[in-house]
Amino acid sequence: MDIPYTVQPRPDTGLYNAKLGIWLFLASEVMLFGGLFSGYVLLRVGADQWPHGWLSVPLGTTNTVILALSAITTLLAWVACKVGHFGKFKFFHACTLLLALTFLCIKGYEYHDKWIHYEIKLSDGTFADGHLVEKSADFDLAKKTGTFTIHGRIVTDENDLYDLRAQKNIQLKEIAVPAADIKSMENYGPWHNTYLALYFTLTGLHALHILGGSIVIGYLWGPGRRMWKTDPKRFTNRIEVSGLFWHFVDLVWIFLFPVLYLT
Amino acid sequence: MSELKTAEPHGAPPADASPAHEHPVDFNNYVRRCVFIFIAILCAVSLMIWISFLPEHYTWAAKVGMILAVACANAFVVAGFLMHLLSEKKMIYTLLGFTVFFVLGLFVLTICATNDFPTGTTSH
Repeated sequence: MDIPYTVQPRPDTGLYNAKLGIWLFLASEVMLFGGLFSGYVLLRVGADQWPHGWLSVPLGTTNTVILALSAITTLLAWVACKVGHFGKFKFFHACTLLLALTFLCIKGYEYHDKWIHYEIKLSDGTFADGHLVEKSADFDLAKKTGTFTIHGRIVTDENDLYDLRAQKNIQLKEIAVPAADIKSMENYGPWHNTYLALYFTLTGLHALHILGGSIVIGYLWGPGRRMWKTDPKRFTNRIEVSGLFWHFVDLVWIFLFPVLYLT
Repeated sequence: MSELKTAEPHGAPPADASPAHEHPVDFNNYVRRCVFIFIAILCAVSLMIWISFLPEHYTWAAKVGMILAVACANAFVVAGFLMHLLSEKKMIYTLLGFTVFFVLGLFVLTICATNDFPTGTTSH
């Protein structure tokens, strides 16, 4: 039995079923991200202080450009199908896939950068802040043995760690911190503060969408492209639907980038 | 969109194959349009970054407002042109109308709850 309205539009909606389906799905996605964004607004408005300059703007910008470019290539892949240029479709879809994977690699690098970034409260009340360089083999915080070496700086006031944009010429150096001098330490994971919890939640969910979209695009570029030979119109519609999802993912990033990296 | 210029290989769908898009497609014309859209997105991103680095006498609230305005314009370009939302069917506009209504409701409820402290407390 054939599935109806995979190519022809339904008379009542004026759309083929998959297109209506993807828009309904995107509407639910808007509600999901809308809830998270409203949570962000609530937490930010209620916060006494908010970090600035904690994320790399060049890396965030690179990812923005990559995602915008992938949105263009996915559209061109669909247009190539519409005009019957299957070779061009394969090229543009491969570009989209590569750009998506590049985005995920950069995001992974950023996560790793935060994972090895530590804020260490010292016994004298000052704070050592920087990226892990080396941890001695005998380092044990509970037993107070060994040293923890970071590339960073020491500040007397924790508030100095918040607004990095306002501080000019921050001098970083290698600092070996003996475990005996450490009162407490924590990396810049989602547990560090509200800002990082929001950062990891929002970008993590977005990255999962990128991953999911990449799997679909990869399938349509690989084994799924057999449909082109049997039912090219339906295949073209599949490319359109996957493209709509991809553009939505790009739309979400258009707001995530300024909200997390620039403000 | 202009009339189809590109040749169609054997076995491929006609240019206006999908009934959801009755307009004929010109690939080269689309590429040109995409280049303009990409440049527009790059300009918007550059503008947002420039605003974020404005001197300190601009408050963060003002910067956030300006940046979000540019982000909305950027989103309009992506949704309008790349997702073809400017030339979609009425059903999709209806669906998106409901979505916008509920998302705005979600934001309003959240903002209204800002000062809705649990019983027995006076602040966050």
